[in-house]
Amino acid sequence: MPESTTSPQTARARRGRPRSGLRSLWKSPWFDIAAIIIVVVALMALFPSLFTHIDPRDCDLSKSRLGPEPGHLMGYDIQGCDYWSNIVYGARTSLEVGVYTAAISFVIALVAGSLAGYFGGVVDSVISWTSNVILGIPVGIASLVILYQFRSRTVWTIVFVLVLFSWAATMRYMRSSVMQVRNLEYIQAARGLGVGPWRILGSHVIPNAVTPLIVMTTLSVGAGMAAEAGFSILGVGLKLPAFSWGIQIALASQDGNWQIAPLLMFFPALMLGLTTLAFVVLGESLRDALDPKARR
Amino acid sequence: MLRYTLRRVLLMIPTLIGSTFLVYLLVFLIPGDPVTRLAGGEKRLSDSTIASIREQYNLDDPFFVQYAKYLWGVLHGDFGHDFNGNSVSTLIATALPYTVVLALTAFVLKLVIGVCLGVWAGLRQGRLPDKFNLFFTIFFLAVPGFIIAYFSQYVFGIKLHWLPISGVQAGFPLAFVMPAMVLALETASPLARLSRTSLVDTMRSDYIVTATAKGISPQRIMWVHALRNAFMPVVTYLGLSMAALLGGSVLIETIFNLPGLGGTLARAIDTQNGPVVVGVSIFLLLFYLVAALVVDLLYPIIDPRVRHA
Amino acid sequence: MTALLDVQNLSLEFRSPGNPPIAALQDVSLTLDRGETLAVLGESGSGKSITAKAIMGILPKPASRITGGRIMFDGDDLLTLPPTRLRRVQGARIAMVFQDALSALNPVQTVATQIAELYRVHRGMGKKQAHAAAIEMMRAVRIPDAANRADDYPFQFSGGMRQRIMIAMALALDPDVLIADEPTTALDATVQAQILDLLGEITQERQMALLMITHDLGVAGQLADRALVMYAGRVAESGPIGSMFESPAHPYTKGLLGSIPSAAHRGGDLPTIQGLPPDIARRPPGCSFNPRCGYATAQCRTVLPHLDPFAPDRAAACHHKGEVIADAPVGA
Repeated sequence: MPESTTSPQTARARRGRPRSGLRSLWKSPWFDIAAIIIVVVALMALFPSLFTHIDPRDCDLSKSRLGPEPGHLMGYDIQGCDYWSNIVYGARTSLEVGVYTAAISFVIALVAGSLAGYFGGVVDSVISWTSNVILGIPVGIASLVILYQFRSRTVWTIVFVLVLFSWAATMRYMRSSVMQVRNLEYIQAARGLGVGPWRILGSHVIPNAVTPLIVMTTLSVGAGMAAEAGFSILGVGLKLPAFSWGIQIALASQDGNWQIAPLLMFFPALMLGLTTLAFVVLGESLRDALDPKARR
Repeated sequence: MLRYTLRRVLLMIPTLIGSTFLVYLLVFLIPGDPVTRLAGGEKRLSDSTIASIREQYNLDDPFFVQYAKYLWGVLHGDFGHDFNGNSVSTLIATALPYTVVLALTAFVLKLVIGVCLGVWAGLRQGRLPDKFNLFFTIFFLAVPGFIIAYFSQYVFGIKLHWLPISGVQAGFPLAFVMPAMVLALETASPLARLSRTSLVDTMRSDYIVTATAKGISPQRIMWVHALRNAFMPVVTYLGLSMAALLGGSVLIETIFNLPGLGGTLARAIDTQNGPVVVGVSIFLLLFYLVAALVVDLLYPIIDPRVRHA
Repeated sequence: MTALLDVQNLSLEFRSPGNPPIAALQDVSLTLDRGETLAVLGESGSGKSITAKAIMGILPKPASRITGGRIMFDGDDLLTLPPTRLRRVQGARIAMVFQDALSALNPVQTVATQIAELYRVHRGMGKKQAHAAAIEMMRAVRIPDAANRADDYPFQFSGGMRQRIMIAMALALDPDVLIADEPTTALDATVQAQILDLLGEITQERQMALLMITHDLGVAGQLADRALVMYAGRVAESGPIGSMFESPAHPYTKGLLGSIPSAAHRGGDLPTIQGLPPDIARRPPGCSFNPRCGYATAQCRTVLPHLDPFAPDRAAACHHKGEVIADAPVGA
């Protein structure tokens, strides 16, 4: 399981010129490809019926592991269900795990980082200590043990465990940028004049810090999706009858199934790989566009 | 030096207590009876088994006492027993060598790949090696390690027959090449990026300009002045990166069917052997803390400011 | 008879992708001979530091480009010298003392190693011999207890001692030209004086040529024989320091001298030069100094003044130098 996809230099921020930067995004072919992949996967997740008319549960055991044939582009899985419609219906779960995890971590990081950075003192000590402990342990292993404790696991169980371990790095970044801004002279002056903390956070701190946070969040979506699949392979993820790419990969990996029918592994792995790649490319493009100095 | 070491060791204590406590808390405080959960759900248990589990985890004591007793045991090498009466410590002892070999091999490979790639890209900033580095890091940062694992099993194991697909029958180098390589590639990206940035920053520092003004050749500047300074942030990161390596090893050992700690953990999950899951996980956490500590203690060797502080 | 160091009409620009090149130096000339001290004066951004780095050959390569001129040193043009031959000059025959010794010294090497490196690279000395020579050099710049401190790291020294180490490093191979780039700005006033004394003494003793970059007119007056005043990447005025300070020929020099406190200002405000320091990316047409100049006329706003000699060894780039000299002396 990837621990964190945010490389250290993410932690360097400078305000770019978002407008013109965003416009230049469209000029990059890599960004376009990534955007197309994400849009297609998102459409699959929202409107699966646009992509397939075959019920993913309409299975015929006699067709188990049969290869592609007309009308069934990806062949059949172990139970003889249409593999393509399983891929289409699996998109929602996989994407949900990635997006929910990233979004919730983003909100927690924003709030906790602002609190710790702005108020300092006990609040800061508690939040920082907790995040240091979390950053100090191998996330993959810890999440495994916790997931093992849940007898029935839903998307939200997975999201809960992933969020538990993924807010800390982003929070730390938020905290340090809040502290930087708080110590600027004009902010000190504003505080002296009695401007409230929420106003200062809202109008000075967050607009400055939010760009790198968005980049970090985008980069982490793919990691969440990969983790979902990893948990399934290890047997602590989602299980049938749910649909997800992770379950498909896990089932293919069992008992050497994929060595007999490699396509069972190939298709979901390809979809998952392309999507996680697309999110990283998107995140990197955003960073280049919004924060051009970060990579140099 | 002594002060740094002491400080670093003392800093480990809250992390140690915090992380084991967190795991313990989540295992035993989730609603429902921990005994049935540890035994794997609906299975019917004999009263004697239940009693033995309750006793083993001191479930009749208050929570903090339970935790303290468990931690005390762990620190003495006692990780409890599973339902069949096997000692978890023995299990760990059997599995540990495989994980150590895998992790060490992967660590070395990752270091070589990450640093070489980063340095190469940093030296040829904006040119082909730099672009290759960018492509490499994005690709391996994004594509999950298990996909790379299955892919290489298919190509090098099934199609080309160069390496065993899985298992340890082939012995040290052969059986470990593929899993270690996958693990290294999976975790080398942040290292490659950090090495590149760090080298680029170092090459811009004043003392490099001074060295040029001293009439020193670019090669000597690189080897004598730049690399050691550029390595400092890299070494700091290496300790942290052990987490990704150990976390990744669980999945990789499962996929390559290695009987290390990760493989043992996955098998215990599969057979719903709760005490083994908890015991091995906690051992892995401790293992990580010690590994990270050892890597961090290398730091003063390259930075005199820490050594003489 | 040519000078030891003779910079002729040096022009240099900085370029960054996506921006038009910026002309950092335009037509800069200077000469320096053995045993002579030349002060290069100017505000930050005037190009004085860039001139020094260009002579030393340490400007960042793709970002800076020489667009014209020559840097003649002992018969060779440093700009066209192949790298291996240039390296034989750098550090050995021309050496430099940097402003901030803490960042200019390698933090992970002992100071002796860094001084000894010169002996090893240029003289091919062995480790022991070079180390001994380094300690000898540390003694020469009067670092107390040199033998014991040789194996300490830069961060273990005080600011003044670090600057002495920089000087020891620069002097190690007994160079012909020593360039000091604001060597005392980072130091306390008392330490400043010690370092300046040391520099003056050593250069005199060894008959070295010293190029002193500074914005401190007091430092220049104390050490230098001649001065070169730079403004916006061009030479504004040059000449012997005594006569220049007595009767400046460029309004900018006059302005600089006017802002030194003296008895004449007692009780009143110090005169300052109006306006902002020059932005070399946006030079005004004509004389760069015209927006801040009290003498400026229509000619100054259109025609670039050349550096014209007007007295023995004196030159100024001003259309109105006659008026400036004729005006009341500074401070009166």
